Amino acid sequence: MKNKLFEKYFVFSPYFWLVLFFFIPLAIIFKISVSVSEWGMPPYQDIFLFDNGFEINTTFENYIYIFSDYYYIGSFVNSLILALISTFCCLLIGFPLAFYIATSNIRLRNILLVLVVIPFWSSFLLRVYAWKIILQNNGILNVILLNLGITSEPLQLLYNQYAVIMGIVYTYLPLMILPLYGYLNKFDLNLIEASKDLGLNRIKTFFKVILPLSVPGIVAGSLLVFIPVVGEFIIPEMLGGSDRLYYGKILWEEFFVNRNWPGASALAFSGIIILVLPIVIFQILYSRWSQKNEI
Amino acid sequence: MKSSLIKSIVIFLGLFFLYFPILVLIFYSFNENKRVMVWKGFSLRWYNELFSNEQIIEAFIISIKIAALSATFATILGVMIGYSLVRIRKIPFKSFYIFLSSTPLVLPELILGLSMLLFFISLNNVIGFPSSRGQLTIFISHVTFCIAFVAIIIQARLTDFNKNIEEAAMDLGYNYTKVLYKITLPIILPSIIAGWLLAFTISLDDLVVASFTTGPGANTLPIVVFSKVRLGLSPEVNALSAILMFALIIIGLFYFYFNKKFKH
Repeated sequence: MKNKLFEKYFVFSPYFWLVLFFFIPLAIIFKISVSVSEWGMPPYQDIFLFDNGFEINTTFENYIYIFSDYYYIGSFVNSLILALISTFCCLLIGFPLAFYIATSNIRLRNILLVLVVIPFWSSFLLRVYAWKIILQNNGILNVILLNLGITSEPLQLLYNQYAVIMGIVYTYLPLMILPLYGYLNKFDLNLIEASKDLGLNRIKTFFKVILPLSVPGIVAGSLLVFIPVVGEFIIPEMLGGSDRLYYGKILWEEFFVNRNWPGASALAFSGIIILVLPIVIFQILYSRWSQKNEI
Repeated sequence: MKSSLIKSIVIFLGLFFLYFPILVLIFYSFNENKRVMVWKGFSLRWYNELFSNEQIIEAFIISIKIAALSATFATILGVMIGYSLVRIRKIPFKSFYIFLSSTPLVLPELILGLSMLLFFISLNNVIGFPSSRGQLTIFISHVTFCIAFVAIIIQARLTDFNKNIEEAAMDLGYNYTKVLYKITLPIILPSIIAGWLLAFTISLDDLVVASFTTGPGANTLPIVVFSKVRLGLSPEVNALSAILMFALIIIGLFYFYFNKKFKH
């Protein structure tokens, strides 16, 4: 029948594209990560050898190499800590903003929402570059600090981990605000009134009513910030110094500088397993749990 | 009132934080001085230099070309995925289908870029194509990770639109194909445009994946800009920023206009 053919066309065109250009590349990363490295081009041996009969030529040495060297583990831990701190800062700034936007009247709400998200549309790279200008030794922030008499000489604000956190919080903030707003927007403002009528003060209302109801938004926003930040390369490269190495940087260098393809692939594949897989599983479990509890 | 004062202050500070760096960038783009941080006077000098900088102009044209093409392909494929997930019951290995269409959203760009590069190299070893990397390989990579963004927008749109309209049209004698082209697609057109705009911006803005999959003659705008500002500041980039921010923000406003339309 014609409908069936039509449906097949719709399902299989993108299916074909994604298997070819997304799934196979991931499989190739895995393949190279278990290949034996050697000098040459490409810098690894084939995993199937047909010299005398058939032989499978794989190794886990690349993984052992990574996981036994503090250089790699330490960088990954640095990235996780960086992502945790940045996510928390985004939440701290994003939550009150999202809450107050969601509780504004409808006209103002839409305008504010657009205003908050619009910077996200302007170039990522250039927004990071803007912080490079602001944090210069003779940049605007130092000028203000000097004129207020807070410091007597310019502070070195750039090229350290704090500048990196600043850049990340700035660029990823809209990703936190949007899902938070999405959930806060849905909930009934009368609940806050009700809890006040029942005698709860502001702080208790926040912790007993507002916060529990916005957990799904907090989870969604935090995931959207946390995962890309762990793999972030540009921001530490532009604003960071040599005080800390991060996962993105060592992956980049392992491939482009050390030309260790199997090592870089093992790093990438470990990243997928440690970072992406738990989150995919978590999301499935979480959606089941929230369906059961009707949140 | 006390609480509304707090509210105004929080919203003001939040917006100030979001817009201050952009304003600083635009302000310094009018600085006459070659040393970016030392203010010498208002001038359009760097805008002139920018428009006579062939490297940047060329990169800009390449970027626009790749972005427009990959957004178009990603939109076609993304609409197909969104439609399939909501309207078509029988999808073989459906959870694998969902995995393929949503994982690019959460995969760090760096891992995606590395996998694409190693894929192109392996493909070249096996079938001799692509013999070198360049605009084509960037295009393929951009389509691959833009599909997911379009699919999510279309899926959301199709989920909350009334299926009865489609069924009514069927009852009136429209066949499957006609319903799709005469009813479904026109209704979700604003979302399709919104998806295209989003994909276009993502492709235009991408540095990491493009750095992995680029080759001779395919320096996109972010690659050129990054090489200029990685170690220092560049007055030409300041001028470029001001123009680009302005253009992208307008695209963003269009996105909101189209994506909002369906809610009424």
